[in-house]
Amino acid sequence: MKCGVVVFPGSNCDHDCLYALGQIPNATAAPVWHESTDLSGLDCVILPGGFSYGDYLRSGSLASHSPVMQAVRRFAASGGFVLGVCNGWQVLLEAGMLPGAMLPNRSLKFRCRYVTLRVDNVHTPFTTQYSEGQLIQLPIAHGEGNYWIDDAGLRRLQSNGQIVFTYADRDGTASSEANPNGSIANIAGICSPEGNILGMMPHPERAVESILGSVDGAAVFASVQAFTQCKSRVHHAIQGGTH
Amino acid sequence: MEFTAEVYVTLKPSILDPQGSAVGSTLSDLGYTEIHEVRVGKYLTLNFEAQDQERAQQQLNELCQRILSNPVIEDYRFKVVEVGR
Repeated sequence: MKCGVVVFPGSNCDHDCLYALGQIPNATAAPVWHESTDLSGLDCVILPGGFSYGDYLRSGSLASHSPVMQAVRRFAASGGFVLGVCNGWQVLLEAGMLPGAMLPNRSLKFRCRYVTLRVDNVHTPFTTQYSEGQLIQLPIAHGEGNYWIDDAGLRRLQSNGQIVFTYADRDGTASSEANPNGSIANIAGICSPEGNILGMMPHPERAVESILGSVDGAAVFASVQAFTQCKSRVHHAIQGGTH
Repeated sequence: MEFTAEVYVTLKPSILDPQGSAVGSTLSDLGYTEIHEVRVGKYLTLNFEAQDQERAQQQLNELCQRILSNPVIEDYRFKVVEVGR
């Protein structure tokens, strides 16, 4: 699997993503500068956390209009896998590649701690290595993770199974106490209807080594790797069949 | 022709504004109990060129829709004024 990690001015989790991908067997990862429009040969593009363009105007808004995002849009439309973490998810929302918008945390506090998440959809390319309803520990670090979408949009997310991660108690309940930012329906991560675009506030790339407190994030990257391998095997089989 | 525009971007009334609420509760702590609600928004000024007032308005609308506001959660309004040379 070949991954590109987009680097915007102000990205600060790009190296963590490159490092995390380096731990996954058969995965390679390279940075992609925000002015680049060449994503050829990549299986997956990651928009990392940070404060792209200083988060001026609105978080992720200026980055969503950068040259690389035009290419990311085309990449996703042709079925490429796109993962936006934290600021990366904000960029995907501002780009209109995922529905809804991000508001400041209801508490107005920057939240930097581990949270418990319930994995609600294990059929996306990013979550096949989890089990349904599994509770995992990932760190969050954001001031604007209060996800908002209107009622009709929320119903669509629910009926399409687009809610991938939910903030939950240790018993798996999506309680208000478990919600660190006021996000609607405790939503921590959503995917596109096709499943190839995932946006999430928690940082899987910061949870790939037990020495740092959790290895629960590694499965996100391992899932994409496994999915890509599977996809290319199917692709070869189909191509082989037509000859 | 040279124009100047003043743009106001505000959260839609249906969207909770934690920042406005925090300012409101501080005002109330200071004894300004007559203040019922505070909403915080953005104010931008732009200087630009356009052929005429109508096109200036069109241009501003496009900018507000595409970048200056997020139509999912925000409303905008603006004033465009022609500036004398």
